[in-house]
Amino acid sequence: MTVEARLGSVANYVDERTGAAAWMKKNLQKVFPDHWSFLLGEVALYSFVILLLSGTFLTFWFDPSQREVVYEGSYEPLEGIKMSAAYASALHISFEVRGGLLMRQIHHWAALIFMAAIVAHMMRVFFTGAFRKPREGNWIIGIGLLTLGIVEGFLGYSLPDDLLSGTGIRIAEAIIQALPVVGSYLAYFAFGGAFPGESFIPRIYTVHVLLLPGAFLALITAHLMLVWYQKHTQYPGPGRTEKNVVGYPLMPTYMAKAGGFFFIVFGVTAFLAAVASINPIWLYGPYTPGQISAGSQPDWYMGWLDGLVRMAPPIETHAFGHTISWNILVPGLIIPGILFTGMALYPFIESWITGDKREHHLLDRPRNAPNRTALGAMSLTFVMVTLINGGNDIIATHFDLSINQIMWGTRFGVFILPPLAFVITKRLCLSLQRADRELVLHGRETGTLLRLPHGEFVEVHEPISPEKAFLLTSHEQAPPLELPEVDGRGVKRAGALRNKLRSRMSVANAEAIPKVSVNDLKEIEHH
Amino acid sequence: MSNEIEAIKDPGLPAHVHRKADTDSAAADRAERQVAILFGISALGTALLIVSYIFIPDDVFIFIPVMGNQNAHQLGLGLGMAISLFFIGMGAIHWAKTLMPDTEVVAQRHEFRSPDSDRKEFVEAVKSGAGAAGLGRRSLIKKSLGAALGLSALSPLLLLRDLGPLPEKELEKTTWKSGTYLVTDPGNRRIKASDLEVGAVAQVLPEIEDPEHRKLSDIAKDAVLLIRLRPQEFNLEANKLAMTHDGIIAFSKICSHMGCAVALYEQQTKHLLCPCHQSTFDVTRGAKVIFGPSARPLPQLDITIDQEGYLVARQPFSEPVGPSFWERNSQ
Repeated sequence: MTVEARLGSVANYVDERTGAAAWMKKNLQKVFPDHWSFLLGEVALYSFVILLLSGTFLTFWFDPSQREVVYEGSYEPLEGIKMSAAYASALHISFEVRGGLLMRQIHHWAALIFMAAIVAHMMRVFFTGAFRKPREGNWIIGIGLLTLGIVEGFLGYSLPDDLLSGTGIRIAEAIIQALPVVGSYLAYFAFGGAFPGESFIPRIYTVHVLLLPGAFLALITAHLMLVWYQKHTQYPGPGRTEKNVVGYPLMPTYMAKAGGFFFIVFGVTAFLAAVASINPIWLYGPYTPGQISAGSQPDWYMGWLDGLVRMAPPIETHAFGHTISWNILVPGLIIPGILFTGMALYPFIESWITGDKREHHLLDRPRNAPNRTALGAMSLTFVMVTLINGGNDIIATHFDLSINQIMWGTRFGVFILPPLAFVITKRLCLSLQRADRELVLHGRETGTLLRLPHGEFVEVHEPISPEKAFLLTSHEQAPPLELPEVDGRGVKRAGALRNKLRSRMSVANAEAIPKVSVNDLKEIEHH
Repeated sequence: MSNEIEAIKDPGLPAHVHRKADTDSAAADRAERQVAILFGISALGTALLIVSYIFIPDDVFIFIPVMGNQNAHQLGLGLGMAISLFFIGMGAIHWAKTLMPDTEVVAQRHEFRSPDSDRKEFVEAVKSGAGAAGLGRRSLIKKSLGAALGLSALSPLLLLRDLGPLPEKELEKTTWKSGTYLVTDPGNRRIKASDLEVGAVAQVLPEIEDPEHRKLSDIAKDAVLLIRLRPQEFNLEANKLAMTHDGIIAFSKICSHMGCAVALYEQQTKHLLCPCHQSTFDVTRGAKVIFGPSARPLPQLDITIDQEGYLVARQPFSEPVGPSFWERNSQ
């Protein structure tokens, strides 16, 4: 029997027991649009699978216990030193288990790649407007995955109980302890008593290997089912409309590409783990609250939070025998809370501003949504400034700068640079629109110079293809909302202030360079 | 605006361009061989992994430019694994790109909104379902159900109560008492004032009966830094100056911001710096905060010497050490 015939009989077997033929037929031919930026989410998904595989390997040897042991392993500098069983077993994995260090490094690298891929994927979705109706729900699931990823990553690198990770836990404890009214109670409950106690590592272990991966699986499943059911968005271009999907069928092309890409992501992660050391816990020593090493840094996705905490001014309120630490609460909880809530609500805010309640399956080119693109650039600038401050000690030593200057620079920069980024990005987008208009109207510069009879030099322009001309003009340019302040009978409408805000934002949002129409082209021909 | 203006027309999907392998069977065979070679390289990677596992001892280090000394066993395993995985992926993608169908397919999309008749019936079904249950009319049921659900959420909270003891006043207490000897950490020896030279720094802990089993949670509150300056270098109020002994001043080592160990001492400027968030404390002015996010100075421990000259605490800390918390009276 040929391979095809054998697979055919498998399909037959499945259908006779499930009656899935109609459904399977439809879905095996499902069309997926192709673009490199659609791979970012795939990288995140595959990293998650790598994390599950490598993480399971690590659990076979890791002992999540803060029971005190004396180290007797093969790493001589720590011989005879008292440490927790968790740290000793992490050292055992690194030095005695064959392939253990490789797996530890694969796990840590995959976690960094996972978070980077989530952020890059989110940027792609944001800047192209893929979050618009009907995908708002999936955007929110994505924000949930990002948040869980930050927590899961932090818990993961806290497990080895080395000096660096213990310091991170200490900071987390201080944030819990700073909560008004309930802080010290919650801290005592979380740690089973005074910090650090002996309960925390076993507890976060269960959360790290069971609770959160379970939540991840549920959310990722929902995320993918929605992508599947709602069909993937596609970039605009000739032949692509809001009513179709242009791409390759799942079986076999897309399956081979996506499956192959999993192995590529795994291979690259393994390569990084083989050649680039990450989190060398044996250099840090066991955790003890009385010690620390200079240059203590969290993983990158926590770095911006650390930077915010570092730049906070030293403000506490002392009143009626109580203390409120604004220097911890504002950067550690309030600002991240506002940021993440804002991100989750953004699809609804944008549709409120534009008044657009239609479905969108064609992506925006970022330049054609200048306000959104500028807002994204502004948020990224904010995070970058805080991230730089999160590494201010490392930057200071490497570039021979003063830590105080970096801190003051970022304290001002965090207020000045994001709005500046907004303005610059918006202007850039409008300039790019202008360039698009120019290109459609006058064609491509060929670089060929022509001398006219009267001696003038002109550059020869070549008309662009109809495909390109369509691509550069296919976007919508909706006028701003018209929200009259008074109704038909001259009575002021309710919520006038809200309407005023909405219409002003709508006007700013609709700012654009008019795209070229057929009328414009005809006019040019006349000249 | 868009009504009167005619938009540029969609020229439609560009014509499909065939690949060489689609039309030329020699090119297709070549592509097949290329895919097979990529899979073959992957197999070589697995072979490298097996060889490294069996034949390279795990204590051999080799020098590689840029990377420095590398453990050969770990490097062989990792590179083998990377090659074996990466080239499976390369092979599969090359196969898809050269030999599998690359004609773009157009599938239709339909608006998610159902036909109005279905929507109406759906809304009706929801309404009549809710109506049949009497959700709207029977407000007593609705309210009591809400209350019962809300209350039932309390039980898991209550069951979590045994996660830890209540903090009581523990956050405000340390092991330091009046007359507690200062001992070195590590070493656990009492210290004479004369052991510390001017400019020296030492980490100390309170003397306890069983130093072998000192709890980390005690160190997290008890750790103290001793620093010796020239007495005239201090710029302190009289009561704080009285807490020093002959130029030796003792501060809690636990940062008043977020509890990290304030371990960086700069001898020239006499500043203490916390490496976590760069709070900087001026030792000469009683660990006053001169930079960074911390809002309070490090608590100072009142020290003196006994008859034999050993350093002892004259009294416990007069305020809680470490990061702030709600119940802390910082006035």
